[in-house]
Amino acid sequence: MGTMATPRVPPFERFYLAHRDEVLGYLRRLLGARAEDAWQETFLRALRAYGRLEHGRHLRAWVFTIATNVALDELRLKQRTVSQVDVEPVTELRRDAFRDLEHLTGELPPTERAAVVLRYGYDLPYAQIADALGSSEEAARAAASSGVRRLRRTHERDH
Amino acid sequence: MNVTTDLDARFRAVAVAEGLVDVRYDVVASPVGELHVAATDRGLCRISYHGDEWEERLARGFGVRVLRSPLDEVRRELDEYFAGRRRSFDLPLDLRVAEFPAAVLRELARVPYGRTDTYGKLAARAGRPRAARAVGTIMNRNPIPIVLPCHRIVGATGALTGYAGGLDVKRRLLELEGAMLEA
Repeated sequence: MGTMATPRVPPFERFYLAHRDEVLGYLRRLLGARAEDAWQETFLRALRAYGRLEHGRHLRAWVFTIATNVALDELRLKQRTVSQVDVEPVTELRRDAFRDLEHLTGELPPTERAAVVLRYGYDLPYAQIADALGSSEEAARAAASSGVRRLRRTHERDH
Repeated sequence: MNVTTDLDARFRAVAVAEGLVDVRYDVVASPVGELHVAATDRGLCRISYHGDEWEERLARGFGVRVLRSPLDEVRRELDEYFAGRRRSFDLPLDLRVAEFPAAVLRELARVPYGRTDTYGKLAARAGRPRAARAVGTIMNRNPIPIVLPCHRIVGATGALTGYAGGLDVKRRLLELEGAMLEA
């Protein structure tokens, strides 16, 4: 990969136009009606840091990380790490299955909610979800997995 | 999930008000086509007749924090100019050029509305009478055409020579100003 040029940081306007709608959608899934203030805060934080970026790689994951931090702050989650070690086998979910369960994500604890939505709603790899949550990759996988199980239980309870 | 016009406008206004933007820009309709205009905190820094790679050009010149945002003062003065109600501009400028080009552009700004001058005379007034060709290059690269009126600079024979927006635009600006042109 040594011959691949490092992508330049694009002008902020291009970055903003590329991600503004998707980030608002993500924050609505996490915060509902409180999403708009969090959305503005997300792009203001991005703009404050933007001049110090060294390359244009992973900007999508980067802005999702900022949005996740803003959302978790908003949900008053002080403790960012997933403390509980998950000993159960990892539970994954198919895309179409997520569509059936998505309306229940509001009942999940904030970290699990963010992990599940980033994984199944936006297809982010666990390494990037870990960055967004400020946790290890294992903890991110455990949070999503635990969230999926909780969604399934809720779904079964309701049916 | 689309960001509404209101939400978008509020974000842009707050970003500018908090001083987080290196350079902001707007697109202004005019009788000579769309003008891409840009400003920093110091003042107007670019007017361009074409929008190709516009944000990238601004990022290279002023920093990556490029954001579209209304430039009402610039729009107002340009509208007045094209309506024939303004003969000189009061906008602060942010000119980032070397010493000689700066001297030439300062002299250029003094060429009166509706008058023309030659590359050679402009070179002489900037202190280098033999630098007509260099002055041609500086006119060609003028970062703020119209406001810095390089359309008023013509060849020694009165020929229009060249213009970033095309010779047709140069002729229209001079006609708007009522300049006497050679046939």
